[in-house]
Amino acid sequence: MDVLYFAWVRERIGLPREVVQTDAATVMDLVEELRVREDRYAAAFADITALRVAVDQVLSDFDTPLDGVREVAFFPPMTGG
Amino acid sequence: MRVVVQEAPFDLGAEADAFAKGQSRSGAIVTFTGVVRDVAGGLDAMEIEHYPGMTEAALTDIASEATTRWSLEDTLVIHRHGRLAPGEMIMMVATAAPHRKDAFEAAEYLMDYLKSRAPFWKREIVAGTPRWVDAKDADEDALRRW
Repeated sequence: MDVLYFAWVRERIGLPREVVQTDAATVMDLVEELRVREDRYAAAFADITALRVAVDQVLSDFDTPLDGVREVAFFPPMTGG
Repeated sequence: MRVVVQEAPFDLGAEADAFAKGQSRSGAIVTFTGVVRDVAGGLDAMEIEHYPGMTEAALTDIASEATTRWSLEDTLVIHRHGRLAPGEMIMMVATAAPHRKDAFEAAEYLMDYLKSRAPFWKREIVAGTPRWVDAKDADEDALRRW
């Protein structure tokens, strides 16, 4: 699936998007997989209370199942307006 | 209902005028405009990142929800992204309703939701140093009144 990063999450990980091969059942499982990859991922996902997630472009919870999902995005709380 | 996400500046007067002219059934038009505010130390610029695709969908959802909650004849949301200088307009909303209470409340609702539920991220550049703008607890609290 495509995994996207925005704002300081993108900066910490060092790229805006990547294709991730995963069998993760939920968003949280995906986070755990990414965390153990490299320090930069561990740093970006250190505190998930500071993060928000969109699943197929819909704001979602970290326990959301990933079955059939094409795109997951991680980012800090939004600051529009 | 019209939702626009763009990098280019918009003409507030022309947008407000065009929006108002189409509303023969509305007795009330409310517009709100957000402007890049200078900060202590001097703001060089504000950069706004967004999530193409989700941004348009989220704004459309928020505007649709406003239309179900209030008696609105029309809504307009314009939000910019990219690099903006102090004093530049970031975004505007306009609402048209038969009566002003609906128009005002719906405009406030749109603002509250697009602050913390539309995928935009602001970064201020002060004295050459970029800094991500943190979301405020007050912005999240503001959603609870609706």
